[in-house]
Amino acid sequence: MLGYALRRLVLAVPLLIGITLISFFVIHLAPGEPTDLGTGDTPVQSDREVRERLRQMYGLDKPLHVQYVNWLTRLARLDFGRSFSPDARPVLQKIGERLPITLLLNVVEMTIIVALAIPIGVFSATRQYSRFDKVTTIFVFVGFATPDFWLALMLMILFGVQLGWLPISGLRSPMWEYLSFWQQQWDFAGHLILPILVATFGGLAGFSRYMRQSMLEVVRQDYIQSARAKGLAESVVIGKHALRNALLPIVTVLGLSLPGLIGGSVIVESIFAIPGMGQLMVQAVFERDYPVIMGNLVIVATLTLGANLIADLTYSLVDPRIRVAARRGRR
Amino acid sequence: MSRREPLRLLGLLLALTLAGCGSEADSAVDRGPGQSAAKPAYGDTFIDALTGNISGLIPNVLTDSASFEVGSLIYSGLVTRDKDLNIIGELAESWEFSRDCLDLTFRLRRNARWHDGRPFTADDVVFTYETMINPKTPTAYREDFRAISTVEAVDPFTLHVRYTQPYAKALQSWSTWILPRHVLESYVREGRLREAPQNRSNPVGTGPYRFSEWKPGEKVVLVANPDYFEGRPYLSRIVYRIIPSQATIFLELKAKGVDSAGPAGLTALQFKRQADFPAFRKAYNKFQYQDNAYTYLGFNLSDPRFADRRVRQAFAHAINKRELIDGVRLGLGREATGPYKPGTWAYNPNVRTYPYDLARARELLAAAGWRPRDADGILVKDGQPFEFVLRTNQGNDERRKVAEIVQASLKDLGVRVDIQVIEWASFLKEYIRKKRFEAIILGWGIGLDPDQYEVWHSSKRGPDDLNRIGYANPEADEMLEQGRASCVEAERKKYYDRFQEILAEDQPIVFLYFRDALPVVSSRIRGIIPSPNGIRHNFNEWYVPKQLQRYTAG
Repeated sequence: MLGYALRRLVLAVPLLIGITLISFFVIHLAPGEPTDLGTGDTPVQSDREVRERLRQMYGLDKPLHVQYVNWLTRLARLDFGRSFSPDARPVLQKIGERLPITLLLNVVEMTIIVALAIPIGVFSATRQYSRFDKVTTIFVFVGFATPDFWLALMLMILFGVQLGWLPISGLRSPMWEYLSFWQQQWDFAGHLILPILVATFGGLAGFSRYMRQSMLEVVRQDYIQSARAKGLAESVVIGKHALRNALLPIVTVLGLSLPGLIGGSVIVESIFAIPGMGQLMVQAVFERDYPVIMGNLVIVATLTLGANLIADLTYSLVDPRIRVAARRGRR
Repeated sequence: MSRREPLRLLGLLLALTLAGCGSEADSAVDRGPGQSAAKPAYGDTFIDALTGNISGLIPNVLTDSASFEVGSLIYSGLVTRDKDLNIIGELAESWEFSRDCLDLTFRLRRNARWHDGRPFTADDVVFTYETMINPKTPTAYREDFRAISTVEAVDPFTLHVRYTQPYAKALQSWSTWILPRHVLESYVREGRLREAPQNRSNPVGTGPYRFSEWKPGEKVVLVANPDYFEGRPYLSRIVYRIIPSQATIFLELKAKGVDSAGPAGLTALQFKRQADFPAFRKAYNKFQYQDNAYTYLGFNLSDPRFADRRVRQAFAHAINKRELIDGVRLGLGREATGPYKPGTWAYNPNVRTYPYDLARARELLAAAGWRPRDADGILVKDGQPFEFVLRTNQGNDERRKVAEIVQASLKDLGVRVDIQVIEWASFLKEYIRKKRFEAIILGWGIGLDPDQYEVWHSSKRGPDDLNRIGYANPEADEMLEQGRASCVEAERKKYYDRFQEILAEDQPIVFLYFRDALPVVSSRIRGIIPSPNGIRHNFNEWYVPKQLQRYTAG
């Protein structure tokens, strides 16, 4: 088991380098350079000297493979470089100040989704084609089909403008500094309600459907029949025997969605004026801010590989069949 | 997210907003009982909205309008513009030009202090000049200082500038943000001004507001500078909230979460329709003035079809500008006849215009050799049908709509137009710089000075230059050269009048319209004087009467 994990870890290194290599060349395929963008509709002088100096400073005058090697060497020392945008700040700092809020939103959102999706899925499956099943099916599909930005605006109009119960956008009230500690927490939480609501509503459909499907398959199994035949209460049959087995695929899906936790939704972030990862990334792409794009990519790629590994390992821990199969396979 | 690509209209110039006449407050609003008793009072917080994150705190090395907006309150220039766009002193008390326009002497204020308490002196101006011309400084505004031969501090409060040749924008160029030598010198010397910590927090300026806090992507907070040389400003605290979505800004206005829709103001639709109900009119004052930016239909003049002036004139006749403005701006704009704003001193009202006239347009095209083909009505010359691709940048809905209206207008003429909308960076790199385009819809921001050498002179047709359409007319060149070489307004006007006649005749681009800026400000804010220079020229004098102050904790 340990050997297997180590082998996977070692293999992950060339994989990671491969990912960065391909990404690096792909993002440079997009036309335009960060130095081109200082001039738009503003007839300021497009100073060739300045442009050349900036290109030298950023190393953009070197061939692409040299740029990549330089970048990789710096990365090996965990130096993610400085942003190309005029604030010239370290990439890690830029990502670091945006990550916590995105992470917080996504974790809360994920928790709510799981907490709601599992019971919805279980009830829909055990009472297949009942009124509850039909209503929730319609509900989650409406959620799935509703555009984020539209729902967000409607909720903002209702709760922010008409009722005045919740703040519309941002993370803190303008007078936040002058509130007491608990008022500050309350204020901050209030700002998160609408964005979380919007994101949860959209994400509920997928998980609850998985759960329902998985449950439907399990309850048709023979061992569920035997459990019932043993005379166990229905709640025990469903809650213990069926649910545990039905959760297996959900664990996998959940594991794979881990890297998604650090990616923000651009639409939700823009509408709610939340300074998260989504906005940072999109802005970096528009500005051809390569160090920020690559920095973000490395983090996401590392997390994805890590999550894959963890999912595989826990899977074999959770499911005895896999362990057995693996051992047999080796023999 | 729509930070840079769509409307990089004004840039540097935004800080000095120029505007046409016809500014008019929506003064029918009920100002409430406070109005009569209202007298200027200190206090309250003004919450403004910016659609883009600021990119730094040293505007001299930045190019985005959000940073200029914030920077203009932190820093001062030697000169600035009053409400009627006259140049007035800011850090300079007075100045004097020698008769040959080559020597400029400033007398500086003695009571100005940097935010860290150190006195401001002429040496800081010398330092700012050195910074701007230092090849290691990544600034886009070096050109303004190239004509200077020397800048010297005669004494701590007298500055002498010598020019190698008369430069029309000499005085205006000193509205640039003056930087403190004692704080930034080492960074400038090493060419690391962008990396200076003052570009990230605690910038040191001489302006009416001091830096308090910058949470990237969230907000920038400034507080009143009690030592400001013109006296402490009334509003104690300015919070710039960064809200990328204009729809959200509008909802925040309705919920009183912000006091202003930002320097850019509302969209035409919001201004005209959605904000037109009694409660909104009571809570906010709406303003309308001409923005410093026009939208145009441009041609690649090296394309033989567009090199023929008659074709461009025909297109100008075929586009109904009024209808276009009604369609895309709900009427909130003004027809453009050239690159100068009506109502400004350089504007020449007596140039050739192109009223909507399809018959005339057809005649012009026929004269240029384009004959209708029977079957589909498309014009043909030498066996080639008249069709081309009209490109514009992504993220600007207004331009896309303009493109569609132009497409429909030219279809009436028998010209087939395909529209392509392209992401900004790719658009610049692949199409504009390589001159791989046939026609474009774009806009230009215009400055306070009529000098537009960079945009129209034939020497500026290179890939990195701004004469993107490749316009070259020797007489226009001469007018531009003469116009920028004189420091006498009346004389310059002659050159620019002629320049506009030439442009109107040539129609190197079809000048479509000047858009209106549509700011709204909370009605509790008093002291706003709408003017040709917009509304923010006297921001330091804005105040909230004591009984109307909303955020008293600050």
